[in-house]
Amino acid sequence: MTESTQALGNGTILVVGGGISGLTTALEAAEVGYEVFIVEKNPYLGGRVAQLNQYFPKLCPPTCGLEINFKRIKNNPRIHFFTLAEVEKVSGSPGSYDVTVRLNPRYVNENCTCCDECAKACKMEITDEFNLGMNRQKGAYLPHEMSFPSRYVISPQIIGTEDAQRCKDVCKYGAVDLDMETRSMNLNVGAIVWSTGWVPYDAGRIDNLGFGRYPNIVTNMMMERMAAPNGPTEGKVLRPSDDKAPESVAFVQCAGSRDENHLPYCSYICCMASLKQATYVRERYPDAKIYIFYIDLRAPGQKYEQFYQRIKEDENVFFIKGKVAEVSEDPDSKGITVTAENAMTGEKIHQTVDMVVLATGMQPSAATAKLPADLTYNADGFIVNDFKKGGMFGAGCANRPADVMSSNQNATGMALKAIQTLVKR
Amino acid sequence: MDKKYGVYICTGCGIGESLDIPKLCEVPEEEGITCKTHGQFCGKEGLEMLQQEIDGGVNTLMIAACSPRVNYDTFDFPGSIVDRVNIREQVVWSHPRDKFPALTEEEKEDEEKFDRVQMMAEDYLRMSMAKTERIILPEPYKLEEEMSKKILVIGGGVTGITAAMDAAKAGYEVTLVEKEEKLGGYAAKMRKQIPVDEPYEKPMKPMIGGLIDELNGFSNVTVKTSTVVARLAGQPGEFFVTFKKPGEKIEFDVPYPLPEEMTVDESGKELDAETLHQKFMEYNEGRKDILTIDPNAEKFGAVVLAAGWKPYKPKEGEFAHLGFGENPDVITNYQFEEMAAAGKITRPSDGQPAKSVVFVQTPGKEDDADFSYSGSTASLVALKHATYLREDYDDAKAYIFYQHMRTPGLSENFYKSVQQDTGIFLSKGKVSAVSKNGDGLTVEAEDTLLGEKIGVKADLVVLGTGMVPATKDDPVVNMAYRQGPGFRDIDLFNGYVDSNFICFPYETQRTGIYAAGTIRRNMTMGECMEDAAGAALKTIQSLESVNRGVSVHPRSGDMTFPDFFFQRCTQCKRCTQECPFGALDDDAKGTPKPNPTRCRRCGTCMGACPERIIGFADYSIDSIGSMVKAVQVPSEDDYTEPPFRVLGIVCENDAYPALDIIGLNKGAFSADVRLIPVRCLGSMNVIWIKDALSQGMDGVFLLGCKHGDDYQCHFVKGSELADIRVKKIGDALASLALEHERVAQFEVAIDDYDKLPKIINDFVESIEALGPNPFKGF
Repeated sequence: MTESTQALGNGTILVVGGGISGLTTALEAAEVGYEVFIVEKNPYLGGRVAQLNQYFPKLCPPTCGLEINFKRIKNNPRIHFFTLAEVEKVSGSPGSYDVTVRLNPRYVNENCTCCDECAKACKMEITDEFNLGMNRQKGAYLPHEMSFPSRYVISPQIIGTEDAQRCKDVCKYGAVDLDMETRSMNLNVGAIVWSTGWVPYDAGRIDNLGFGRYPNIVTNMMMERMAAPNGPTEGKVLRPSDDKAPESVAFVQCAGSRDENHLPYCSYICCMASLKQATYVRERYPDAKIYIFYIDLRAPGQKYEQFYQRIKEDENVFFIKGKVAEVSEDPDSKGITVTAENAMTGEKIHQTVDMVVLATGMQPSAATAKLPADLTYNADGFIVNDFKKGGMFGAGCANRPADVMSSNQNATGMALKAIQTLVKR
Repeated sequence: MDKKYGVYICTGCGIGESLDIPKLCEVPEEEGITCKTHGQFCGKEGLEMLQQEIDGGVNTLMIAACSPRVNYDTFDFPGSIVDRVNIREQVVWSHPRDKFPALTEEEKEDEEKFDRVQMMAEDYLRMSMAKTERIILPEPYKLEEEMSKKILVIGGGVTGITAAMDAAKAGYEVTLVEKEEKLGGYAAKMRKQIPVDEPYEKPMKPMIGGLIDELNGFSNVTVKTSTVVARLAGQPGEFFVTFKKPGEKIEFDVPYPLPEEMTVDESGKELDAETLHQKFMEYNEGRKDILTIDPNAEKFGAVVLAAGWKPYKPKEGEFAHLGFGENPDVITNYQFEEMAAAGKITRPSDGQPAKSVVFVQTPGKEDDADFSYSGSTASLVALKHATYLREDYDDAKAYIFYQHMRTPGLSENFYKSVQQDTGIFLSKGKVSAVSKNGDGLTVEAEDTLLGEKIGVKADLVVLGTGMVPATKDDPVVNMAYRQGPGFRDIDLFNGYVDSNFICFPYETQRTGIYAAGTIRRNMTMGECMEDAAGAALKTIQSLESVNRGVSVHPRSGDMTFPDFFFQRCTQCKRCTQECPFGALDDDAKGTPKPNPTRCRRCGTCMGACPERIIGFADYSIDSIGSMVKAVQVPSEDDYTEPPFRVLGIVCENDAYPALDIIGLNKGAFSADVRLIPVRCLGSMNVIWIKDALSQGMDGVFLLGCKHGDDYQCHFVKGSELADIRVKKIGDALASLALEHERVAQFEVAIDDYDKLPKIINDFVESIEALGPNPFKGF
């Protein structure tokens, strides 16, 4: 016999987190033929990458890849996803886990047609988390245009106010349900993949870099939102203090990363992200000058190296090997002076720029809030996988700092690890 | 199936307010098709109504409502054909009445007045009616013979062994082939390896021995050493693989396509199919044609290609400034590894202990780039090698000169642990020269942390050269495909087997064959093992997709496949040549042989075919062509100043969603355009453009993805091929006395929804400036 005797195993896979890694694990497993549940805490799928303007090094929109993935979900009856959902409790062992999932109310049901009337009716504005708090939005909102599922959300902040009632009254489709309550759901699954992703390291904790003190110091994730056509500035890169087009921008690499006081590891993506963001500025402002302060420029791999070479050819982009020690603001111009020690010459460099971007690193989500399961973590909160034990796996940036490509690669492999758990039963 | 049609017009979401619904209903009613309306078809009551219709015998539903991108599950009625007519996002929402006023009662009486938005909705209904008449429900494609679920793994190094075990653990039968006599690859030729797990600090004992032992415990894995693939014919689910001993010449060695210069005659004209085949056979003398199946071949379902890497071989004189080639004590990192695996580190020139070793990470000529093909692995390798030296001699000194220490992510831990060793000196710097100094060498370095220009006495200098993918100059997998035995466009990736390297890292241009490890990019062993798991998953997924008769990524689950009407084939070979996935193999006469399980269902073949003989159950030249013809083109017979008609053929993957977002954002674009989504612009057949223009439409535009080196096309070449076809259409237009400006293609990304209205409107304006199509009204 040359035919394999093994058909598909039995059981279901739970994927916690619907960012790019979670979507990848879920889709790859479901397209083999397994039932998959995705539990996502945000009201939309796509996670961190949905907030990015472009991917490096192709400078293409992440929504393009997400759209294909969403289409794959739409066409696959084996994938079930829950948004505004969080795993509360996990018990059991490889092959059979009992999972309690909390479903937070959206206050909008499947009748929603995205007509926007509720948002128009709502007067109260809340912080726009999708835009990292850079602007405010209505208390009834669609997180972003490409949101999947495309369904509005009513913020708990307006529940109980007249605004909520106004939203309900204006909806012609009976889609607003203010009586929705937090529900609990139990799932029995054979394997769990934790794709809980990352959070940008809190730049406010890096005292010497002035974030939060000076308005013209922003983080790299804020830069992504600014450059995005659906961001708070509709794609314009402007310095926050006066909405002026910056004539010069400094990128401070390793803002928190490779620093024993903050994140001891390298966050993998920040060098490439800054090179990419340099193109955002340069594309918009042909005369703008870019200063990149770095320890080592890490462009791992041929395509990334080629991208770095391309940026280096730009005469307006200056690379300075040196760690930024301090920043100061000119109270009148609001310009920022960056002080670094040139690692080559030992001399102190002072560079005054209109705007500073901190290349803040990634911290695993589990570092700030432990996951409700029996998992092993390293000192920094990344999940350490135990393939011998099996059953539960960390994938993507929950497992280690990674770019999108390696996350997808890793997440595809974790789909197989999960399947192996089911087959073993 | 006998079709019973029904049209269902939703009046919710502003549709009812914007359009004259009774008038819209007349469009199907005039054709004798029932038309029903509801204020919210996606609601409970609306859905019940649709279900009643289906229960009453309707099996072909045209639902004129929102975009198919939403309510996809709501309007899913298995067993029925459902066509979604997008009159919400792309008609009503993107043509608000404040910009496109409806007719007043008075104006309605005036025969010279028309309502552009209403006309648009009516056309879309007509187009849907024309299309649904010409499509059928697809059925899964099943191989004629029983498929194989066996997986072939090519390459017996860390990656291949891991992939084999990973697939075996999921219950699949695996055969692993290795060209060497023993398993292990380069991993078996190392003293130690870069750490693969927490805390990622110390070099570890090579894992390969343990992996081989573990592999031997698998009863469902067959290992063949001293074996290579002579050819791999067939398609996923039934690959016919001929194995041979390395170096053997056999009749089932894969033939190579004719070099381009041999495909034309003296005058540069392409040779006819039969002569071409004859030349091809002569060129490959002693080898069987790709369509001759080896009766002794072994059948497999899918393949993991884990052929690994080769050490970079410096060209003669390439690193002369670093003394390489002249001085035996200047070696590559691979030579260093070989030496370390065999024993202590010594000077090749005299066998004396090498106690001062300089590791050079950049060739240091013009820029700060590392040696080619080194990725970030060469940095880690240099760190590991420095630790070897310190193991061998307590008093040894290692110097690593680098421009950028590339230890990304958690591999930073390894870097930090090496930094603790006081005998290892790490410095940024550019090594400018290596010269002989008595028994030893002097290394000159500039711009270092230790001083501006320094000289280091060294016993040995090690160059951090890279790992070249095995696929760079050898197809390895030896596919008996008409397009050739290797991966296509591999040069774009410097010889690495890759395709869509951000979003879908495993998708190569060859379905069912998944690359893993260092042939994809530079990787450490830890990364290779992880990559192996991913590639193994993809092989299993492709097997199970074949088993279900559906497509793999990106049209996962699609049951359609190209169907050929061979009687009319003129053997022009365009489909075979243009298929991005090499799914077609033509025979000696040039007639294409489809391999449906290789196909990704993009329709590029359909777009390429000048005879228009290729189509899918629900997507064909006729289904789209009839949509084009269903558009009403008003002429001066109808109105003194008839509106223009412009056709837009749009990629459904990126342009179409962007058009939806324009509607969602209440943007606006010309109401004189009619849009038809296509699977990929590669499936665009120029007949549609000709049809549009010959029936009097004034212009045609195509919206597709960015092409070129950083292409964004999910089917690799679709937008590029469409661009070529559009450029060629210029002559045809000239013969009709039409300006070539009437046809244009624009590159749009999915997030260009803010720019798209202007692109469309500018094009429509440019057509208006050219004036109406002279064929209008004929």
